[in-house]
This record gives sequence, C-alpha cells and structure tokens, in this order.
Amino acid sequence: MHLAYPAVLSALLFCTGLYGVLARRNAILVLMSVELMLNAVNLNLVAFDVWLSKTAEETLHSGQALTLFTITIAAAEIGIGLAIVLAVYRNRGTSDIDKLRDTAESHDTDGPDRDALTAPQAEKAEATA
Amino acid sequence: MTLAATAGLLAAGPAPVAATETHGFLSPTGVEIAFLLVGLVTFGAALVTVTTRQLVHAALWLVVTLGGLAVEYLLLTAEFIAWVQVLIYVGSVVVLLLFGLMLTRAPIGRSPDADSGNRWAALAVAVAAAGTLIWVVVDAFRTTWIDLDGPAAGSTKATGESLFQNWVLPFEALSVLLLAALVGAIVLSRKAKAESDSPSVNSRPVTGSSPSVPDSRNHPIGRNGSAEGTEPSEQEGAR
Repeated sequence: MHLAYPAVLSALLFCTGLYGVLARRNAILVLMSVELMLNAVNLNLVAFDVWLSKTAEETLHSGQALTLFTITIAAAEIGIGLAIVLAVYRNRGTSDIDKLRDTAESHDTDGPDRDALTAPQAEKAEATA
Repeated sequence: MTLAATAGLLAAGPAPVAATETHGFLSPTGVEIAFLLVGLVTFGAALVTVTTRQLVHAALWLVVTLGGLAVEYLLLTAEFIAWVQVLIYVGSVVVLLLFGLMLTRAPIGRSPDADSGNRWAALAVAVAAAGTLIWVVVDAFRTTWIDLDGPAAGSTKATGESLFQNWVLPFEALSVLLLAALVGAIVLSRKAKAESDSPSVNSRPVTGSSPSVPDSRNHPIGRNGSAEGTEPSEQEGAR
C-alpha cells in the first residue's frame, strides 16, 4: 500500500477536527472535534509503525505502543473534560463557549457578540445579588 | 535502538526500493481500493460530524468515523489497535459524549446556534492547513510503500511482546495517570455536589432571567427553564 493513502487521510481528518474546534460553539462538540484530531494522529502512528516494522525491521513497535498510550490519554481527557463542562453547565446554565468570557480582557472590542456579552453579566449580577 | 534501525534503513535503502519497484503508482491494489473507499466514508462522516446542526447526530456520526478508522487499522494489519479502538472509542468515549450532551440538555433537533460566527475564518484556516499538510506529506512520501505481506505487524502477539518488553514503565505510569483522571473526575463532580444547595437555588433566577434576554442562543435554557430548578439535584443524586 502506498504510504500516502493513510497519511493524506490522516491530514484530512486532522484538518476536519481543526475546523470543528474553531467553528463549533457547544463545548461538547469541541471535545468531539478534539477526538477527531487525536484519531488522525493515531492513524499516522499506526501507518508509520507498520511501514517501519517491515522496512527498517524496527522491533520496538513504538508507533503502536504510542497509539495505545494516546487512546488511554484521550479517554482520560474526555472524562476530565466532560466533568469540567458539566461543572460549568451547573454553575452557569450554559455550555456555550462563546458566553464564557469572564477572563476576556476588554469587552468593547467585539461588536457583533455584544448581545451575547450581556447575558453572562446579567446572570452573574443576579447570582451575586 | 531506533536510531540504529533508521541507520540500517538508510544503509539498506536501495534494496527495498528496488524490491518495491513492481508497484505501479496508478494501479492500486485491492487493499488500496478498500482503504480508499473506507477512507472516503470516514472523511465524509467526519465532515458531517463537524457541520451538522443536530448535536446528537454529531455524536452518532462520530461513531461512523471512529468505526471507519478501526477498519482502516484492520486494513493496515494492526488488529489489536483496531479492537482497542472499537472498545474504547466507540464503546465508551461516544457513550460518555452522549451522556454529556444529555446532562447539559442539548436541544433535540436542529439548533441554529451550533456554529459560531467565526466559521469562515475556521474554514480558511482548516483548508490552508489541509493544503499545506497534504502537499508536504505527498511530496515527502511519494516513493514510499508499506509492505503488508508476511506476518501481521500489529497482531496481538507482536503488540503484547513489544508492550511488555520495551514499554513496561510508560504502561505502568499510564495506569497511574488513569487513576489520577478517575479521581479528578470524581472530585470535580463531588465539589459541585457539595455546593449543590446554593447553585440549585441560584439557577432559578438565572433561568428566570433568560427570557428577558432576546437572544436565540439562550433557547435551550429558556425552553427547559421550568425543570431547571428541580432536576440538577436529581441528577446528582443519581450520580
């Protein structure tokens, strides 16, 4: 098999995940896109491991071992990420990452999202009152 | 050891190239055709995952993507990775994501606010990254072939031997990391449970205020606002 097939598929999947991370608004959809990017890296690791284990007679199988480690770390990441998203949802009533702007530096710079800015501020004001 | 193997590859470079000269560049083998078809399905499902407006459908299309990737691993003779992929990703990660969608009250049906306003900038970045990556990768590995004949490179025997001979220490460290992640998730959930008295009271004015904001992005809260005050405590009790 030509090595370009899995490499190109992996690049395409990675960029799909990149688009999802940048364009999605729901935090759980962003987590799904991160999973896509991790899977693209896994496909690359497996393809290069199969290539090297035959061509270079590399016996460490480092690509497959690293793939297993990546899968495990991704499982841990998704658990922690969902716990954080659920905690944020319980405190704020939303999982919309465009509305979580507490650490934004200046609120005046972005014009089109101004109506989205008032909602968390109103919620915070009522929560502190 | 890897360096030595790579040096061996460089030294013995011409021989495998000469052996693989029989491959035609534009005459794909059956494995390549199967890889291409499954890859098209996988990529299409990934595109639907990041563009659909129905949140639950995104999770279900993610199942198709991850399953397609498992088939690709099988085609690359990495069977152990394929079954681990099916077990962990399709079996548990997607279920976790579906539970997360359910617990954050994702709207069933089309939600007009799934994509944020910087969609076109994201599309430009993704297309530029894809173009650059594909150009570099195709140019770098134009004459490289994976030899799929002979014993499988990723059989359970080979993977297990390498994992428990060469990768024991990272493996054990990873189990500690999993334990830390487990404890961390429990702590994150329990802290919210200990404070659940005040936030569940506080969530009432929050949802009460949401109809006053004329923002369509608020509608999941506004629609479920009546059940907001009672159900978080039930969720936490069930958990």
